[in-house]
Amino acid sequence: MVKTITSVGLPIDEILEIKKNRIMPDSPSGDMKRISIVTGIHGDELEGQYVCFGLQQRIMQEKENLSGIVDVYPAMNPLGIDSVTRGIPAFDLDMNRLFPGNKDGNMTEYLAAGIIEDVSGSDCVIDIHASNIYLTEIPQIRINELHEDRLVPLAMEANVDFIWVHGASTVLESTFAYSLNSTGTPVLVVEMGVGMRITKDYGNQLIDGIFNLMQKMGIWKGNTKEVKKPVISRNPDDVIYLNASTGGLFIPAARHGAKLKKGSLIGRITDPLRGEVLDEVKAPADGMLFTIREYPVVDEGSLMGRILKKEACGYE
Amino acid sequence: MNKRIIYELKGMYRDSFRVTGYEYGTGEKSVCIVGSSRGNEVQQVYCCSLLVKKFKQLENEGRIKEGHKILVIPSINPYSMNIQKRFWPVDNTDINRMFPGYDMGETTQRIADGVFKEISGYKYGIQFTSFYMPGDFMPHVRIMDEGFSEASVAGQFGLPYVIIRKVRPYDTATLNYNWQVWDTQAFSLYTTTTTRIDQNGSGQAVLSVMNFLAAQGIIKYNVPQLLKAKVVNDTDMVSVRTSESGIFEPLIKAGGKVTTGQPLANILNPYEAEVIETLYSPVDANVFFIHNEPLTYANTAVIKLVQ
Repeated sequence: MVKTITSVGLPIDEILEIKKNRIMPDSPSGDMKRISIVTGIHGDELEGQYVCFGLQQRIMQEKENLSGIVDVYPAMNPLGIDSVTRGIPAFDLDMNRLFPGNKDGNMTEYLAAGIIEDVSGSDCVIDIHASNIYLTEIPQIRINELHEDRLVPLAMEANVDFIWVHGASTVLESTFAYSLNSTGTPVLVVEMGVGMRITKDYGNQLIDGIFNLMQKMGIWKGNTKEVKKPVISRNPDDVIYLNASTGGLFIPAARHGAKLKKGSLIGRITDPLRGEVLDEVKAPADGMLFTIREYPVVDEGSLMGRILKKEACGYE
Repeated sequence: MNKRIIYELKGMYRDSFRVTGYEYGTGEKSVCIVGSSRGNEVQQVYCCSLLVKKFKQLENEGRIKEGHKILVIPSINPYSMNIQKRFWPVDNTDINRMFPGYDMGETTQRIADGVFKEISGYKYGIQFTSFYMPGDFMPHVRIMDEGFSEASVAGQFGLPYVIIRKVRPYDTATLNYNWQVWDTQAFSLYTTTTTRIDQNGSGQAVLSVMNFLAAQGIIKYNVPQLLKAKVVNDTDMVSVRTSESGIFEPLIKAGGKVTTGQPLANILNPYEAEVIETLYSPVDANVFFIHNEPLTYANTAVIKLVQ
């Protein structure tokens, strides 16, 4: 059942509505668990759209196996999605810096508060992001170390390749995930793929993971696929950041997800005006290239990739 | 005056990104003044340009006191100003959310780091900045409630208001906040406008900086008799909010006095010109902020009042 969870009138003959679809078993019981699938906080990240679609398709094909509540929130920032805008259009605000919002606050804070109110109390929330338009990510879950104990066991069931437990940061306290995690509703933040595109393989991988998680939670009685055993990184030194030494056009030479040897070529920063190579980007250590730049133009400092060191990956 | 490049980044097809600073005097790092950090902060860069000119005059007249160094950086983001984009051209990040920066990090982190290395260590830091919502302000000085910038010192600017801002999580990466972390007393100056130049507002801002520097014994300048600034916590301001979206028709101006029950603004139906909402003043107060765009959204604090 599609329901508007919060809305506000716009100046010229339009109402901004944030909607969810609730899927219930045909014969609901009184003590069902609830999983919430949330995406579209950033309007330029579309990987979660495919997951929302695909998940519901599969549930409806085997509806008899549903034994809990599935809430699907595909568009937390509908104006952003419909205008190819990452933030909230007109305000140029990152929606994921507005939570927990404020019912008495401005329009954006009011909407954020309505979202938190509706999602709160879920037994598990999957907040699906797609990196941004610049970088491609392997399917991964990012967890604030403050909530590690509760979230890592859930993340292990979600069929991702990588779980990245990162340090606490004051700036991140205004995210959707932090706001809910700090008040007792567990939220797994998924990053996968790239902005403005859909990577079906990653979407299907996560859908399999969500079914597995639903089964473990008692929301799904049907068969599920065996899930991947993810690499878990808790040490900040496990990850190497590759930032551009100069501005130019980055042309990748390594495959996303490749297991690299120290010194192997990842890409080149080039100067198309003069036809020159400005820098060769090489792996500073053995490891897996879990992030790779998708958008070719780089400034000095732009992130071109991230490597998870071999010893953290645990491969031979 | 010593004009020099504070930070530089090579562009691919654009000219180099340059942050230019103007230094006056020698000795103790007394005050650093930073102008626009966003591409639409035109009034802020203009205020600094007036200060650059004024300090040049003061220096020529021997009115910068010995032992004091002043640094003015009119803009730390000329790239965005030149393409009329508020945030960084490539990735839309906000340099004023990147402090203290990181020299091995992403582009705007590197800019923040490069700039911060040059502007830290000053006794006082003054930043001309802007509010994210469009509107006209009463000129004021803002300080954070965490840190050691004092309201009494902020009063030396001679502006009508000193606002004490409760620190929010996202404030912790601003220049103001990080200046204080590194022992600089930081003041954010809000003038009347952002995207338009207001001659009177910029003149008042320049005079306020002169007042402050004179009070601190950094320049020789006869400060007029100043009114005592009203110190207000931002959480104590009275917000008047819309409940409807539509065309915004203001009935008052920033700086004016209003009385309880006075109509402040109308919201009109954009197709039928009917008044769909009238906002009234809930208190006797001064108008501190008023929205200045023709359209408004519902649930928006379009007017802020100070009692």
